Amino acid sequence: MWLLYTTAGAVKISLKNLIASKVRSFLTVLGIVIGVAAVIIIFSVGLSAQELILDQIRNIGSNLIVVIPGGSNDDGPPAAMFGIAITSLTYDDLEELRKKNKLPDVQAAAGYVMGTVKVESDTEDLTRSFLGTTASYIEVENASLEKGRFFTKDEERNMSKVVVLGSTIAKDLFAGRSPLDKVIEIKDQNFTVIGVFKERGSSAMGVTDQDGSVTVPLKTAQKLILGINHLALIRLKAIDEKSIKPLKANIAATLRDQHDIDNPSDDDFTIRDQATALGLVGDITDVLRYFLLAIGIISLIVGGVGIMNIMLIAVSQRIREIGVRRAVGAKRADILVQFIVESITVSLVGGIIGIILGISIAFLAAVIINSMGYNWQFLLSPFSIITAVLISLGIGLIFGVYPATKASKISPMEALRYD
Amino acid sequence: MSKLIQVINLHKTYQTDEVKTLAIRGVSFEIERGEFVAIMGPSGSGKSTLMQMLGLLDQPTKGEYFLTGRNASDLSDDDTANLRNVNIGFVFQSFNLLSKTTVYENVELPLLYDHRKTNAQENRAKILKALKAVDLEHRIDHFSNQLSGGEKQRVAIARALVNDPDLIFADEPTGNLDSKSGTQIMKILQNLNNEGKTIILVTHETQTAKHAKRIIYVVDGKISSDKTTGSRLIAKNGERLK
Repeated sequence: MWLLYTTAGAVKISLKNLIASKVRSFLTVLGIVIGVAAVIIIFSVGLSAQELILDQIRNIGSNLIVVIPGGSNDDGPPAAMFGIAITSLTYDDLEELRKKNKLPDVQAAAGYVMGTVKVESDTEDLTRSFLGTTASYIEVENASLEKGRFFTKDEERNMSKVVVLGSTIAKDLFAGRSPLDKVIEIKDQNFTVIGVFKERGSSAMGVTDQDGSVTVPLKTAQKLILGINHLALIRLKAIDEKSIKPLKANIAATLRDQHDIDNPSDDDFTIRDQATALGLVGDITDVLRYFLLAIGIISLIVGGVGIMNIMLIAVSQRIREIGVRRAVGAKRADILVQFIVESITVSLVGGIIGIILGISIAFLAAVIINSMGYNWQFLLSPFSIITAVLISLGIGLIFGVYPATKASKISPMEALRYD
Repeated sequence: MSKLIQVINLHKTYQTDEVKTLAIRGVSFEIERGEFVAIMGPSGSGKSTLMQMLGLLDQPTKGEYFLTGRNASDLSDDDTANLRNVNIGFVFQSFNLLSKTTVYENVELPLLYDHRKTNAQENRAKILKALKAVDLEHRIDHFSNQLSGGEKQRVAIARALVNDPDLIFADEPTGNLDSKSGTQIMKILQNLNNEGKTIILVTHETQTAKHAKRIIYVVDGKISSDKTTGSRLIAKNGERLK
């Protein structure tokens, strides 16, 4: 009962004191407010950013397996990522991987080459990225066409000069006119536009920005644009998610067979799947989040020191009050509890303001980012709110103990004599 | 029945870095239940120190003090807190009310630290009773800083009374008051004494001390005289203290 009374009384006293000296209280809780707001914002924005990136990856499809030329160890990026041209992956490899009797779990596979090229319509003259790929691109990438058609398997092989435009480049080249059946020049050769892709949006993990690129048949790109025989990468779509793991092993075995490799450490290719990429992105954003969290915690500790300072001042300002309380029967423990509860209350008030501020800022950020055209979700982690509350409670407790102990040790006689 | 207060050869020495102050130098006396004792003496005589030891706010350096037969040196910090809470009431010269707090909350203060089981209803009844004894029921929701000095001291008395203690210490209770308010306070103390409470009044004013039944003179930490008050004053409202 006494504890309840003391607690209720102490909460009341500390709220009264907080309201009584507003400026000082504001400065006292500022550190906690900033720290807690930071924690809330970090978690909210971090969660939303992660969701945005993962959403883009999922957009491409999570059943995808990528084969990149050049070996790598499991953790490091493959050499091809650094722009080093490696020629070990070929069209024959792709053909081999497409064989249903060898790899029945492959739903579709596409080969890719890419680069930058001059693209001209009758009115425009642009430099854009291009993609050379197989007819199976549509199925592998979940791409769809706004109008026209994609090229066929025959066109893929017989060096047809046909092109499918991304939605943005179609506008750039033809400014509202229908591009279908028009002829454009790519690297000074005439190509007939046979289709236009539906707008896809920026794609963080896509091979290229589909909206802004021209897409031509693989052989055409290899021979007529790039003058190469190898592939930049192969993408395979597994029939379902659970077949990814065994499929990767089978792909590796097939390619080793193809390339006459006996020892896996001599592999001249790297196989990655989207799930690994998802995990990697998750890991990176997690690391970022915890780093920012650490900064938030430092700010909270600074806030805690501020609270301790103000509580020490409060103790020395209220020595007489302590004396009176002791004279009318308060035990040392009562005084201790009172000042700890006061410290926790101050800290918690700061924490609550911080939570409100943090949520507001995260929400505002979501509104602004959305208005910039990103599909940014406003996400709040209940974990972050619980953490924020617990942290402010803990800081109030930890940084309240010393001043409260000091207060409880003051002798009633001395406290009553104090002026 | 044991004496309420029994003091045997009490000493109190304050030791600062260089100076040793002998505040109380061998004091012995007894106080029975129902007495009204004034401890008188010039400032610096040690009378406040003596009161603080009697009120269990401080420990003697030497000698023995029995309160209701219990040796004060055997009491723990929590024991003395409980005794101060239940058996002793304090009234101070400077009132010592909590600021930004209502009359009700000030009087309630000792009840917050009462280790016995109490409920809110009982507590409210106790607070009202104590305020009635000092005639301040109409000020119950006022804040302490809205009161006059006399009213503040009456709130302080109500606070001392709320747990119905046997023993009330009043340390220069009229020191900060005008003479009219002072008389009012002395009248309340005399009424409480008539109801059976033991009052120990600390003062340096002869006129105030004369309201007690017995006066103990303290000079230089020793008792110089201890006798029944000759021509005792009975306070009447409206009279001036002097």
